[in-house]
Amino acid sequence: MNLYTYASPANFYILAGKLIPWFAWGAGLFTAWGLYIAFFLAPTDFQQSEAYRIIFIHVPAAWMSMFIYLVMAFWGAIGLAFNTRLSFMMARALAPTGAIFTFIALWTGAWWGKPMWGAWWVWDARLTSELILLFLYVGIIALWAAIDDIKRGDRAGSLLTLIGAINVPIIYFSVKWWNTLHQGASVSLTKAPSMAATMLQGMLILAIAAWLYTIAVAMARVRRIILERERQSEWVKALLEKES
Amino acid sequence: MEWASWSDFWHMGGYGFYVWGSYGVTAVCVAIEVLLLKRAAGDTRRRLKRMRQWEEQ
Repeated sequence: MNLYTYASPANFYILAGKLIPWFAWGAGLFTAWGLYIAFFLAPTDFQQSEAYRIIFIHVPAAWMSMFIYLVMAFWGAIGLAFNTRLSFMMARALAPTGAIFTFIALWTGAWWGKPMWGAWWVWDARLTSELILLFLYVGIIALWAAIDDIKRGDRAGSLLTLIGAINVPIIYFSVKWWNTLHQGASVSLTKAPSMAATMLQGMLILAIAAWLYTIAVAMARVRRIILERERQSEWVKALLEKES
Repeated sequence: MEWASWSDFWHMGGYGFYVWGSYGVTAVCVAIEVLLLKRAAGDTRRRLKRMRQWEEQ
């Protein structure tokens, strides 16, 4: 058995079914651990008092909103290049979760902005480009829903995903390229993080939790898509027979 | 430990409204996604089974 075995929807359906509980439990454990750090170990911030604790969901959600989009674009590109069925299904399965994390990033940002900046919303480059990301997710999901022909829908949606991918580096670098009210990156790959070690630890653990959660829900969604699309195949018929 | 009491904890140094408003909505979003997903999985299976039954008749 090699890796390509799981490029087959039938095999992936079974594999995903086995993996989902592990990722779901992992997500739960990491969430509990991360929240414990966020509320009981991380110290009060000397500037922002307790309001800064919003960071523990805001930053992981914002990271996920961009990562998931890039992963969707990756699967879309693979699907367009090699016409692999499972790739498009993966892209479709990820989009709703990406949209939810984008919404959470914007929402928690607003509820953090109000006490700290005095405004729920400002039209600065970071906030605006993240809002555009939400519109991209919603637009892609709507496009998929609007096109009945599955293959055409897959291609159109993935093309839109790829074109929209230009927005991700714009979001990421917006705080450098423009003068934004939104602060610059607190964590980057090139320099030491500008925050206390416990705060960083809590944020990273919750980011891992968000990853595990995303994998679990995307796999659950992809299993449903596989069943729908393969309903005429013998293995789905046999599977449904066995259950009823 | 940062908190002297539970009411201190819920108060969040005066920012309770904003902190819990953020965490609460996030929890609701996650709960809704998981619930919808569970329900949709059951719906899909039931629908496909019904379609199978029609085909067999």
